[in-house]
Amino acid sequence: MKPLAIINARLLDPASDYDGPGAVLIADGRIVEVVHGQATHRPEEAEIIDAQGLCLAPGLIDIRVTTGEPGAEPKETLKSAALSAAAGGVTTIVVQPDAEPAVDDPAMVDFIQRRGAALNLVNVRVAGAATQGRDGKRMAEIGLMDEVGALYFTDGDRVIANTRTLMRVMSYAAAFNALIACRPAEPWLSEGAVATSGELASRLGLAGQPAIAERIQLERDLALVEQTGARFLVDQISTEGALEVLARARARGLEVAASASINHLCFNEVDIGDYRTFYRLDPPLRAESDRRALVEALRDGLIDVITSAHTPAPAEDKRRPFAEAAAGAVGLETLLPAALTLHHQEGVDLLDVLRPLTHGPAALLGLEAGVLEADAPADLVLFDPNAPVVIDADALRSKSKNSPFDGRRLQGRVERAFVGGRPVFVRD
Amino acid sequence: MTQADVTEIDPNRPAPFPRAHFLSAADLNPATATDLLDLADTYATLNRAGAVPLDLMRGRTVVNLFFENSTRTSASFEIAAKRLGAEVVTMPVAASSVKKGETLIDTAVTLNAMRPDVLVVRHAASGAAALLSQKVGCAVVNAGDGRHEHPTQALLDLLTLRRAFGDVTSLTVAICGDVAHSRVARSNVALLQMMGARVRLVGPPTLIPGDADRWGCEVFHDMREGLAGCDVVMMLRLQLERMEGALIPSTREYFRFWGLDREKLAWAAPGAKVMHPGPMNRGVEIDSDVADDLSVSLIQEQVEMGVAARMAVLASLSARTEADQ
Repeated sequence: MKPLAIINARLLDPASDYDGPGAVLIADGRIVEVVHGQATHRPEEAEIIDAQGLCLAPGLIDIRVTTGEPGAEPKETLKSAALSAAAGGVTTIVVQPDAEPAVDDPAMVDFIQRRGAALNLVNVRVAGAATQGRDGKRMAEIGLMDEVGALYFTDGDRVIANTRTLMRVMSYAAAFNALIACRPAEPWLSEGAVATSGELASRLGLAGQPAIAERIQLERDLALVEQTGARFLVDQISTEGALEVLARARARGLEVAASASINHLCFNEVDIGDYRTFYRLDPPLRAESDRRALVEALRDGLIDVITSAHTPAPAEDKRRPFAEAAAGAVGLETLLPAALTLHHQEGVDLLDVLRPLTHGPAALLGLEAGVLEADAPADLVLFDPNAPVVIDADALRSKSKNSPFDGRRLQGRVERAFVGGRPVFVRD
Repeated sequence: MTQADVTEIDPNRPAPFPRAHFLSAADLNPATATDLLDLADTYATLNRAGAVPLDLMRGRTVVNLFFENSTRTSASFEIAAKRLGAEVVTMPVAASSVKKGETLIDTAVTLNAMRPDVLVVRHAASGAAALLSQKVGCAVVNAGDGRHEHPTQALLDLLTLRRAFGDVTSLTVAICGDVAHSRVARSNVALLQMMGARVRLVGPPTLIPGDADRWGCEVFHDMREGLAGCDVVMMLRLQLERMEGALIPSTREYFRFWGLDREKLAWAAPGAKVMHPGPMNRGVEIDSDVADDLSVSLIQEQVEMGVAARMAVLASLSARTEADQ
């Protein structure tokens, strides 16, 4: 393959804090050279892309993607998820273990990685289950799954309620320096809940989860982290109270990472007002004060990772009364324009928006990608940060169309995406 | 409004309903609620006189779509529709198609294709009636959705109160018991307040939503304080089936502190009336001695007014459809 030079771009590299003009030369799937400022020469043998007016950043890394494969292919296959990711500028996806059967052994991890690699689209990686069958009782083969490439371990949306089990999982995982991720949701306070407790939920007659359920569970999880020395990711933090707990833990030196979903950064509980099931999410959409606290936490660097929390649900699972509808939203394809609203509307610096989408997850999971530097894999996204777009859920590449952004006007459009220097998406 | 004024209303020419559907007490405003109550009052008088059926809804079809069993409400709507001359089909969907995996919307679309004029819907999920209303071409009446609303119940309660007291604006109404799980409470709070009554909520903290103080009601956990000076004591059914986990230690303890008996009723204003949307858990939230005493209990009257209030709603919705056509 001919070398490729992307010139006249605005380079955005959160890892080095560089935001300025530049060019990138790519050969054999890797970045060969990054030039800051105006490129002085154009390599004659290279294919040239003149990216005037566009931003070039490391490809996005989405560590929380649910697909339906294996077991529920009508929702989403690895291929439809990968196509959707590529169109969203997401060059690495980490598939969640909540398939049927659960991804809880090395053969399943290997299967998904092979299927993903055969697609020849984006990088498909895997998170293994922390407990067998995600039952929250018996520990899964964390060591063997780690050996074949699982990036971290989680029971996904299921909370490991049994504190003794979680303590054992954490202690054991520490032997492999494996990362454990848990949803902070106190199970008894969360049981049956479909909205955040409060005036709106009680007016709508929806069972609510109090915000304190998140804080209580996080306090427990962090106490176990302290006890066991495990590497830990707070998965989908969503409340101001839990952010305060996290900040206090960080202040006393606990190395704990945290992720937030793009939905919780963009929407609040008022969005469920018309019982629109596209906004039925887990955790539920929170109060505006919680959303604002999340945005501030992003600005302050308390949030390490933004995820799309991509959770496909076909129409038959969403076209139900709110409380009976499936929870979750697709988000791979809308992740970047949605995140850019935090820049356009909330004034968050562009590098601070991109960091938790690129370098943040890469550093957390030990991936080479997520940086613009020589010898890094040429996983890149080229986008117009200002282009107005109207999201049309029906036009999304995902097999399921449950996007809460449907019909929303956003600003920011992916023009091209590259994985290992190969174009995996080029806008028509 | 005097009884003489009421009888001047032409029961065959109701004012059109203000909206395409009746999903929530908030679909009404004081003027339209008063119109409906006047009409319902007329129907109540006609019902008592045996001067029905009418032929206001002749040739129209009302479908009772009950995903949750409720003999009383279903029968009340059925009688109301029949007294207006409508054809009524009652679909006990709780036991049929839904069990075969058909979604609520599939059921709605199928029924819609049969071109009914009104769908009366009861469903265990909050918002179900609103969801259906978006998918069908006919009028939808919410006959109870989860713990959200039961607006015709609020209307019939108001009608009962108006007939018992004349003026409702000066009343203080204590809604007692399981407010958290009650759609009746939500609709009644909205409608009673809209019509100028003062509303109190009384019950154990576990059965009153934490933010109920923001509903514009006074909240009491002590029956003696909550009932003091009240004109109406509206008891709610303890929804034991909707309680996940222990919200009260036992029905025995509940009755001791929050169940209505003669002793507690004596704490209310002299001449206070008792209401209950039914079906009652006797000896749990209400003592039979109180429930069956017609000098204080309006419970039978509520059932009777249910038919009249639902006739008013159906007739008014029908008038709207006619006006649209």
